[in-house]
Amino acid sequence: MRSRRDWNRASPGQKLAAAAGLVFLHAPVWVIVLYAFTTEDRTYQFPPPGLTLHWFEVAFARADIWAAMRLSLVVALVATAIAIVLGTLAAFALAKRQFAGKNSITLLFVLPIALPGILTGLALLVGIRKLGLEPGFWTIVAGHATFCLVIVYNNVVARLRRLPTSWVEASMDLGADGFQTFRYVLLPQIASALLAGGMLAFALSFDEIIVTMFTAGHEQTLPIWFYSELFRPRERPITNVVAVVVILVTLVPILLAYYLTRPDESR
Amino acid sequence: MLRHVSTFLHGRNAFYVSLLLLPPLLWLGTIYLGSLFALLMQSFYAIDDFTAKIVPELTLRTYRQLVTQPANVDIVLRTITMAVAVTVASAVIAFPVANYMARYAGPKMKAFFYVGVMLPMWTSYLVKVYAWRLILAKQGIVSWGFASLGLGSTLDAVLATPVIGGPSLASSYIGMFIVFVYMWLPFMILPLAAALERVPESLLQASADLGARPSQTFRNVVLPLALPGLAAGSIFTFSLTLGDYIIPSVVGAPGYFVGMMVYQQQGTAGNMPLAAAFSVVPIVLIAGYLAFARRLGAFDAL
Repeated sequence: MRSRRDWNRASPGQKLAAAAGLVFLHAPVWVIVLYAFTTEDRTYQFPPPGLTLHWFEVAFARADIWAAMRLSLVVALVATAIAIVLGTLAAFALAKRQFAGKNSITLLFVLPIALPGILTGLALLVGIRKLGLEPGFWTIVAGHATFCLVIVYNNVVARLRRLPTSWVEASMDLGADGFQTFRYVLLPQIASALLAGGMLAFALSFDEIIVTMFTAGHEQTLPIWFYSELFRPRERPITNVVAVVVILVTLVPILLAYYLTRPDESR
Repeated sequence: MLRHVSTFLHGRNAFYVSLLLLPPLLWLGTIYLGSLFALLMQSFYAIDDFTAKIVPELTLRTYRQLVTQPANVDIVLRTITMAVAVTVASAVIAFPVANYMARYAGPKMKAFFYVGVMLPMWTSYLVKVYAWRLILAKQGIVSWGFASLGLGSTLDAVLATPVIGGPSLASSYIGMFIVFVYMWLPFMILPLAAALERVPESLLQASADLGARPSQTFRNVVLPLALPGLAAGSIFTFSLTLGDYIIPSVVGAPGYFVGMMVYQQQGTAGNMPLAAAFSVVPIVLIAGYLAFARRLGAFDAL
């Protein structure tokens, strides 16, 4: 007869399979970090014959990398700003109210991330050509803001749905007007969700390639620089260094977003 | 000023909602839906065979070209095969991880696993693809690992397999398959873990008390209850594989995939109608897959 404790314990095989899955997910990221320091600059030789910081120095001196980096950062900031405004408005409208046509509107607000990115990208390109626009900075931003707004919307709407309606009612009963209620009751409650949504949107935009390839025209964001570098393998060591920088720039906001929205045990 | 506006709006519900919704709806409605509509229109145009210009007349010629030319049909079939293989493999690898997260891990361990799955999922897409190119390259880690275990000839034998093999892992369908599975695995683990967490422990105990072996409990109790999670995860892995054009162009064999075809036709080939028609293929397939999953009862437990 198995006791309850045994019932709840994983067998060594189950533990091993779970751990192996996790290692499989993480190993490639560590490999890239290791390769950024290799002294070998022609092949993907493993293990690396030696380690050096030289490539970081070379990469830092490159004007084209800085230009691409700057463009990606500005695009991500502008797209996130637009997404925060539009996503929050949508979340407030759709969180608790019921009205005719709400389901189709809700569907519209998940469509940009539910449909394959290639479809969004090609559709935007067709739209841009139809309007006779020149692809460039603003078309990249428009594409990014479209899926970023979905991320912000999802984060804020989830938080708003968890807020008891009674709080707003109590605030109103105590004499606060709508604006005061928003400023002192709702905003503090959704602030961390808003920030988290913004961080995720920023990271997503900074790293986006599938849609950007269609909307960028001649502009070169960092992922596009990276992609073109994959087919021009003369500069492998620099590509490796940029890979590590990209990992850091996207991972920091994501970790922050995680800690901001993590379920609070003290509550 | 703001105060007066908000007091005025309070109680005028419909007006307030439409005021809030107008800007985001305008954005998605014009930029996104407008573009999607323009794309759909393109797929019903066709290219003139002599002038290579788009003829703006509604026709089914481009779709006919898509479904009758053997090369195009091959591309669609190749993509579907890959998507199905990737989905099955992801489910098999994800299950033990999700099961451990949901059933055995303590609160600390569970948080560790969630972060552990989410971090690689959110790590730069392009960097991960690039990392796999390094790992699978001729002198890369996998070859090194096989060689140092004395299994170099085994790897060569695998790569010599017709169709799925190639000169190196980085330029074979096996390599592409590994990269796809790696990239979408977290999208399978997370919904699966969420579904498994909702399986009541009492049911498992009851099954054991009634004399079922663990394998029987798994097949008759756990699996049916985990089906919604499996369905949700497989929709991700399936649709992400169908639409991707970066991975097949960075890692893998020369054969075309739907996503690559879309990118190539709109770019160098300059055949926008065919690109548009190809981009409709993933949507049709995903819709078909959703219907299939519903038929299996994957959403009944939701």
